[in-house]
Amino acid sequence: MSDTHAQSVAFVRDTAIPAAPAPANETGPVKWLRENLFATWANALLTVAALFVIYLILSSTLPWILGGVWTTTSLAECREVLAGQTGACFSVLAERWNQLLFGFKYPSELYWRPILALVLLFIAAAPVLFFDLPRKLLIFTALYPFIAFWLIWGGSILVPIVALLGVVGGYLVYSRFVAQSFATGFFGGIVAALIIWYIGGFITEALAPANPMLTAVPSRDLGGFMLNLMLGVTCVSLSIPLGIALALGRQSSMPLIKGICVIFIEFIRGVPLITLLFVASVMLAYFFPPEANVDLFLRVVIMITMFSSAYIAEVIRGGLAALPKGQYEAADSLGLEYAQAMRLIILPQALKISIPGIVNIAVGLFKDTTLVSVISMFDLVGMIRGPILASTEWNGVYWELLGFAALLFFVVCYGISQYSQWLERRLATDHR
Amino acid sequence: MTTITDPPKGEFRLSMLLYDTRYRSMTLQVIAALVLALSLAYLYRNLATNLAEAGLNISFEFLGSPAGYDINQTLIEYNSQSSNFRAAIVGILNTLLVAFLACVTATVFGVLAGVLRLSNNWLVRKLMAVYVEVFRNIPVLIWIIIIFTIMTAVMPSPSAFRGDDPDSSMLFDLFAFTNRGVYVPGPYFTRGIGGEEGSIINWLLVIAVLVGSFFATRAMTHRANNIQEKTGVRPKTLWINLAIWFVPIILLCLVLGLAWDIPELKGFNFGGGLKVGGPLIALWFALSIYTGAFIAENVRAGIQSVSKGQTEAASALGIRPRRVMSLVVLPQALRVIIPPLISQYLNITKNSSLAIAVGYADITATLGGITLNQTGRAIECVLLLMLFYLVISLLISAGMNVYNNAIKLKER
Repeated sequence: MSDTHAQSVAFVRDTAIPAAPAPANETGPVKWLRENLFATWANALLTVAALFVIYLILSSTLPWILGGVWTTTSLAECREVLAGQTGACFSVLAERWNQLLFGFKYPSELYWRPILALVLLFIAAAPVLFFDLPRKLLIFTALYPFIAFWLIWGGSILVPIVALLGVVGGYLVYSRFVAQSFATGFFGGIVAALIIWYIGGFITEALAPANPMLTAVPSRDLGGFMLNLMLGVTCVSLSIPLGIALALGRQSSMPLIKGICVIFIEFIRGVPLITLLFVASVMLAYFFPPEANVDLFLRVVIMITMFSSAYIAEVIRGGLAALPKGQYEAADSLGLEYAQAMRLIILPQALKISIPGIVNIAVGLFKDTTLVSVISMFDLVGMIRGPILASTEWNGVYWELLGFAALLFFVVCYGISQYSQWLERRLATDHR
Repeated sequence: MTTITDPPKGEFRLSMLLYDTRYRSMTLQVIAALVLALSLAYLYRNLATNLAEAGLNISFEFLGSPAGYDINQTLIEYNSQSSNFRAAIVGILNTLLVAFLACVTATVFGVLAGVLRLSNNWLVRKLMAVYVEVFRNIPVLIWIIIIFTIMTAVMPSPSAFRGDDPDSSMLFDLFAFTNRGVYVPGPYFTRGIGGEEGSIINWLLVIAVLVGSFFATRAMTHRANNIQEKTGVRPKTLWINLAIWFVPIILLCLVLGLAWDIPELKGFNFGGGLKVGGPLIALWFALSIYTGAFIAENVRAGIQSVSKGQTEAASALGIRPRRVMSLVVLPQALRVIIPPLISQYLNITKNSSLAIAVGYADITATLGGITLNQTGRAIECVLLLMLFYLVISLLISAGMNVYNNAIKLKER
């Protein structure tokens, strides 16, 4: 009897069960491992394969890097020190450090000048890259090209000053007439700048001191990673305004202007950069007046700028096309003329959309500056393949040098792309 | 009384050319045309004076004269007595060869890395991210030089294969990796049509059979689709398709007597087999892994662009996971992936011009390199070179436009 009765008594727990720890499989690192590395059999196999790849890479490179020698003066000496053990011969980097960075002709007592120019570059670029900084700094950015030119090439200080005066004069004329019409201001500014430069040309020639404050360095003496950086920075900054103009021209309703822009862009995008560099090295000289002696650096800058401006134009065209038509119509209905509408409404939005694309082009262009080694300019790659590997001391030190070049480019390019991602997040003002 | 006056008519002032919107665009275009014509005339005058001073003229006659240099890797017959034009053709074929090979392998690397970047496996995901970042952020020229250095400085010389106890040995006794290039077994026909000279006909025959098989399998799939539409039951096509692919080609090879010419050590070098030069391999492999990193990003973006709702909707309809991928996700992802993929192919073709850095005889190295230096015809050579790349690019982008129009979302 009592049995059946006992079953019908309900059991009600009046105290809470003490919290037990979760099963070992479901917490902490074990759970993470199970979910991320060994979820299924196939996944576990992949993990093992990946571990093996990592082991292969590390086991072949780590002893080589850690056993590296830094203080010898030639490859033969390196091999003696290593005595058959695995190890890199990093001495080549230590011994040829200056050549790798500055080329083999830049006077060594003047290295402080490009270094100072590089430091100033960071200061000049800061207000452009990070717009939380005070806007006053932009004045320095505007002055920077002239300062950098004077620091790197040296020579008479009158040259950059006259160039600067031309720009200032042009700007003054522009701001005087821009209220009337944008076109008058713009072309008036250009004419004023040209006049000042033309007159200034005679003055600098007449007044050029025999011993300038900074020794002049011809541009064929530039080289090494400095050359890559200079080409990259100059060409990207020159090609952004050109690219904007080309993109607007391609959108224009005037068939002739549109036609010129389309042909230019499609032509440049259709040929490899190396053919344009051939143009710079063997062909462009024929198109300058016979007495003008335009040096190779300038010719290369012209061609690379044309190259990157075509690509930037396409990116900006994408930005322009992505704007809703309402924006154009709104600008028109406010009674803004073309230049105002573009400057105040369309371009700020279109450029914002195009920033990631422009940064991609800039990174690609910076990598492409290594191609100048093919037309026998001694940039970083040209230095490595030319003077350093050909020298008797370092003939055969491939991996240290190529690895160093790869590392330098990786650091710069990866840095720029990380910046671009940060900027994209910063600028994402919609869909919050 | 008010009178309505018309705006003044007919009175044309010069300032209207700039301020009246009816005339302004015309004025600007005339100015642009003038500026363009003047600058072209200026450039042309400079060119004419410079050429006259240097005693040169523009002429393409050099194309017919003997080239006078050898090319180590050629697809068609060529010797140093052949014309410059033939050297350029050899270069064009070499460019197309390396571009084609690199496109295929870059797609394989890219798709693999792109899919693995979305894997559930944390380690694999990170490894692929490292691959993509490392290869995207280092110039392709450095990669080409690195792989070329591996090919020339690390690989053993043919003499290392000699002797009773050689330092190096051939892989499976079929492949020899040496610093002069990679030797692989080369196919040839023992009972081929037309003897030695007719060998190209045999290869064309093989290609024709493969193309025929391709269309036959497509017809089979089409028929299976029709039957499925009508009856609801899909006939098994796998075995039939495999048979269509393999039976004819195997029969053809048997008839023609396909044999393999296996490389072997003869004296100081390897003889027999096909020699794939170090420069070709360096360029091919470097372009593949470099562009593969970019393609991986395109593939990842494409797959991620298909919204999760699509997969869930397909699962809700009861479609199996594998078919969800092939019927729902991939067709939509491909629409996003293919256009940038084709522009990567274009990039490969253009980047193949870096062959000149490692001495692979592509069009840039033959026409733009040796021919240019030997004849001094800078302007003509560079123009022809640009023309070639321009034609290739325009062809590829024309193809891309056709494709884009075909897959465009059909909207109302």
